Amino acid sequence: MTTKVNIRMSGLGGQGVVTAAHILGAAATRDGLISIVNPFFGAEKRLAPAESYVRISDEPIYERGEVLFPNIIMIFHPHVITMGKCYTMPFFDGLQPGGIMLINSDEILPLSEEEKSKLAALQARIFYVPATKVALEVAGTELSTNVAMLGGLMAVSPNLVTTSAISDSIAERFGGGKFVASATTAALDDVVKSKFGKLEQLVEKNMEIVDRGRQAVHEFLISRAASA
Amino acid sequence: MQKVVSPEHLFFEAPREQVFITGSEAVREAVRRANVDMAISYPITPQSESMHLVGDIFKEGYIREYFRGENEFAVMSAVAGASMGGVRVFTATGGPGTLRAFELFSTWSGARLPIVCAFMTRGVNSPLTIQPDTIEMSYLLDTGMIMLHAENAQDLYDYLLKAFPIAEQTEVHIPVGVFADGFFVTHTRENVKVAPVDIKLPPYNAYSAPVPVMDMENVPFRQMRDPFVMKSNYVSYAAHASWQQEVMAAAERARPSISSYLGGLLEVENADADILIITSGTAVSIAREAVAQAKQEGLNVGLVKIKCIRPFPTEEIRALTKNAKAVIVPEFNRVGWLAKEIKSIIPDNDKVVGAPRVFGGMTMPTQSILAEIRRCQA
Repeated sequence: MTTKVNIRMSGLGGQGVVTAAHILGAAATRDGLISIVNPFFGAEKRLAPAESYVRISDEPIYERGEVLFPNIIMIFHPHVITMGKCYTMPFFDGLQPGGIMLINSDEILPLSEEEKSKLAALQARIFYVPATKVALEVAGTELSTNVAMLGGLMAVSPNLVTTSAISDSIAERFGGGKFVASATTAALDDVVKSKFGKLEQLVEKNMEIVDRGRQAVHEFLISRAASA
Repeated sequence: MQKVVSPEHLFFEAPREQVFITGSEAVREAVRRANVDMAISYPITPQSESMHLVGDIFKEGYIREYFRGENEFAVMSAVAGASMGGVRVFTATGGPGTLRAFELFSTWSGARLPIVCAFMTRGVNSPLTIQPDTIEMSYLLDTGMIMLHAENAQDLYDYLLKAFPIAEQTEVHIPVGVFADGFFVTHTRENVKVAPVDIKLPPYNAYSAPVPVMDMENVPFRQMRDPFVMKSNYVSYAAHASWQQEVMAAAERARPSISSYLGGLLEVENADADILIITSGTAVSIAREAVAQAKQEGLNVGLVKIKCIRPFPTEEIRALTKNAKAVIVPEFNRVGWLAKEIKSIIPDNDKVVGAPRVFGGMTMPTQSILAEIRRCQA
């Protein structure tokens, strides 16, 4: 990779948007790339809009704060689109030509004709992944939605980070006991950890979620939808 | 067990390990190596995590005493008491917390207390916001404290550690505020190089104080009991006036150590360019991207990063801006305090462009700086 990739993750509080960005940024760093990761949220509460931003490059990155011009947008919850629970309007504001959108939804979400034509003009590619469904099936908890989304990301952008770096970063994030989070995040961590016996099992199961997420991605063709 | 090493060894000679951490975690790593006796906390977003993490290293044995105060005014008062008692003390706050405790900051300076406080800047009410905004720095400019402004987590780690030996020199001995933009630094995860965990700064020497330690018969503590400076006579007026000038002089006397530890009060790239961007904090990072993009368009732009806001690098900026045709000052606040500072010290100040100004929590788009560059070039 020689160019910078800017990723915007939009979701709801409690879905692990911040943690997904942390794992992805740490994985990129493990792969020898440079990454800057930061979240944005209001007063912390579940189901309120939460976003995080990941910048990955092989050159120094100075820019920080919101990713205003993303190459990839990851939508963690249908409400981001249907209820406007995101920090930009429309949800794909700033998406770069040829950009990618990865949406967690079991079903195709209604987009207006205007949105469809704007996305078509950008030659954007839209992918759906039933990430919450995958998380529930494999881990028995929707708290693993974020890991399934990372799997989906690896399908739509296969050269971004390596699978082993993702696996090591998951182990680091949930393993060491060194990570300190807010009380809310710590409580959610406990729920995730209680689902798995040991760290090896947690990593193994999470990598299964990554893999299932990767396989569950399917592309939504805007041009066909627009003409239909 | 940590070994005491010289500040120079800790800052410049010890090998450094690269870690991928947040700004809040950088605070923890700085305090871990700072030989802090006491830390007192009170939570406020976006600072809460920093003092939480400092509490964790208290539990690990890196700090002798740690507790949570009942509000920011109480914390800053307790911190003053600890410092008067002759121990090295650390705390952090931000935004509304800063304003709630405000009286204490000038009290610290006047009492010649070498307290190090991290300010995680946040917007101020109303309307309520928890997002980044540097407006509190404007309010703190004249409290007498030294003010360092970090661009990123690396700066935050470095400036916090360096703040202690700067503050504690006898000829200085005033508080140092280390400022970092909330969220843009505190919650941002990036590569930071840190010294080994088994070394730390030398302990604070209470006898370095230029005023007697807790002596109720002398200023500044005399003022708490039978305060002669509250009497109406010539001696009381003269005492107050000379004391305040001495506090200002103390900040001036910090220039050499700030310069040697931080590598100058400011840092400059491409100083001879016709258009100069001068800024501080994370606006510097955004400006770096803008300068790189301007270069691709064939525009020659220089960048000045101000690291130290108090004392202000007045002579350096006068010299740097002498031949510049335009000076662009991007800021993360409504009032443009940095642009005002620069305008107040240079003669042809109509060339200072106080823009872009981004506040209320929004991210400064690189393009907004580029637009100013193009306007100045035209």
